Amino acid sequence: MARTTKAAAVAVCLAGAICAGSAAAQVKVGAVLSVTGPASFLGDPEKKTLEMYVDEINAKGGVNGQKLQLVTYDDGADANAARTFATRLIEEDKVAAMVGGSTTGATMAMIPLFEEAQIPLISLAGAIQVIEPVRKWVFKTPHTDKMACEKIFGDLKARNLTTIALISGTDAFGKSMRDQCVAVAPKAGITIAHEESYGPRDSDMTPQLTNIKGKAGVQAVVNPGFGQGPAIVTRNYRQLGIPLPLYQSHGVASKQFIDLAGPAADGVRLPAAALLVADKLPDSDPQKPVVVDYTRTYKGKTGQDVSGFGGHAYDGLMIFVEAAKRAGSFDTVKVRDQIEKTKGFIGTGGVVNMSPSDHLGLDLTAFRMLEIKNGDWTLPQ
Amino acid sequence: MPELLQFIFSGLTVGAVYALVALGFTLIYNACDVINFAQGEFVMLGGMTTVFLAAAGVPLPLAAVLAIIVTVAIALALYRFAIAPARGANAVALIIITIGASIFLRGAAQVVFDKRFHSLPAWFGNDPIRVGGAAILPQSLVVLAGAVVIVVLLWAFIERTLFGKAIVATAANHLAASLVGINTGAVVAFSFAISAAIGALAGILVTPITLTSYDVGTLLALKGFAAAMLGGIGSALGAVVGGLVLGLLEAFAAGYVSSQYKDAVAFLVILAVLFALPRGLFGKASVERV
Repeated sequence: MARTTKAAAVAVCLAGAICAGSAAAQVKVGAVLSVTGPASFLGDPEKKTLEMYVDEINAKGGVNGQKLQLVTYDDGADANAARTFATRLIEEDKVAAMVGGSTTGATMAMIPLFEEAQIPLISLAGAIQVIEPVRKWVFKTPHTDKMACEKIFGDLKARNLTTIALISGTDAFGKSMRDQCVAVAPKAGITIAHEESYGPRDSDMTPQLTNIKGKAGVQAVVNPGFGQGPAIVTRNYRQLGIPLPLYQSHGVASKQFIDLAGPAADGVRLPAAALLVADKLPDSDPQKPVVVDYTRTYKGKTGQDVSGFGGHAYDGLMIFVEAAKRAGSFDTVKVRDQIEKTKGFIGTGGVVNMSPSDHLGLDLTAFRMLEIKNGDWTLPQ
Repeated sequence: MPELLQFIFSGLTVGAVYALVALGFTLIYNACDVINFAQGEFVMLGGMTTVFLAAAGVPLPLAAVLAIIVTVAIALALYRFAIAPARGANAVALIIITIGASIFLRGAAQVVFDKRFHSLPAWFGNDPIRVGGAAILPQSLVVLAGAVVIVVLLWAFIERTLFGKAIVATAANHLAASLVGINTGAVVAFSFAISAAIGALAGILVTPITLTSYDVGTLLALKGFAAAMLGGIGSALGAVVGGLVLGLLEAFAAGYVSSQYKDAVAFLVILAVLFALPRGLFGKASVERV
């Protein structure tokens, strides 16, 4: 009987009725993440980030006078499992909102359920399909590979380089980004003169790079890819002594890439979130306090280096919390409307300005163009 | 012309890696007709153990030796606890056991090590040697030399020592070998140990080129197996030639045809070769003496 009463109380709260007085009541925030399995490099920092910040928010008195309760499930990068857990979050846990899933597959599988239940879903997945076309209840925080292409092309234009060659991995990430790059190239005034590809496990890309080297007119090379492939491309690139500028993608924006590619990485440029160069940002940068603070908190609590993925989870949680504060309640309709009205929110991924037609809200300033010099990131002027 | 030379260099680099992996298959196959699909995991264990020991402060040469010892110990455990209890089973059942072992080792490596990519420093630096407008890394030559040394040692061991003869005898007829006093169990265990040592050494030599991670073994084993089949499984020379031919095929396919289809082109040629020569390039025709 007691349980029923409590459940009813939560349900009433969720329905937007007056919850004042029931200070003990907790608001549940759901998170279906790929904590284990092949996408654990996404889900693991995401989960740690959410736990850390939900504790911190509660220690400061919660939101709208209520404490948050995080309900996480591990889908193991299996979209079917994600869908099952989504049903549980909606029907049993009765969450106020959802931050997750980690992968595009899991997110796409859960979207119909949240759309039907009319509960906001803030995805941490990369692909543009999550927010295009715009769905009423679905938002996301990570920048898209299309933006990475635009950022690279913008930098190329600024250096007066307009004819490029692409060498891309044939894995999901490499393929998706390659398609986006090819699609936005004409608009950006970039000509792709030659294209090569490599398998995700290939150990030598010199034949492909030799063909690029022999192609007249190519002024720069762009490598959309993920994992160890780009590190080998970079090494082979120097081995062949190709004098053209080399661009990597945000997919390898981690210290690990520099370690693997070694001295060959010198001079490579790539777009990345500000989080990666937190300590190198100028003090005038609006993102500096946020990313420095997140880096310190995450490192302090987990002892691990920050990755952009945990940052996406921070952004998702904070966008929800700020929206709930503005709404003054956890009413799903009001919170959703406020999420859509997010303006000038400074997160780890960039400055977020959402609108009814843009459920991501990031522009190209979210990406910083970095250059690797002497085994470290620098911000080229 | 520099293009052709560069494609050849690339083919030799990749081919030498395949050849080293393929060599590991030959000995176990010779001893008990089993294709050990955990061979790729031996390669992974060699590379990963060296990386982690070196990271823990062990000097690199010592780390490499320890990695080989660790891999051999794991191979002996694999033999003792998985292969030996299934002594009476036929080759297919044993092959399936090795597939299970490979999945187990991969999973264990994920927990014991981590899921990231790692590299080792190249033996003679990263400055490429330039020949006629093309470039090859010194490490590729190290891998090639390693393959040649292993082939010579294997050949000398099998042809010139009594224990080598015992392996051949065990392979030819298990029952007859034990009747003439050969401890066939020890022979098979020994062949696992040597194969693991070859695999671990391969992993240490190729890691500066291919990089390594807990799941690097699967594809290496697949390509190494293809190379061994092409060369004629059971023949050490065939393994090396098969590996180099496969590497060159891939490089030429990527360079002259299309990088999209390079794997397909390589496997098509292998299929064609096996249609014409079912025992591979250097495989002995199977003769049943009565």
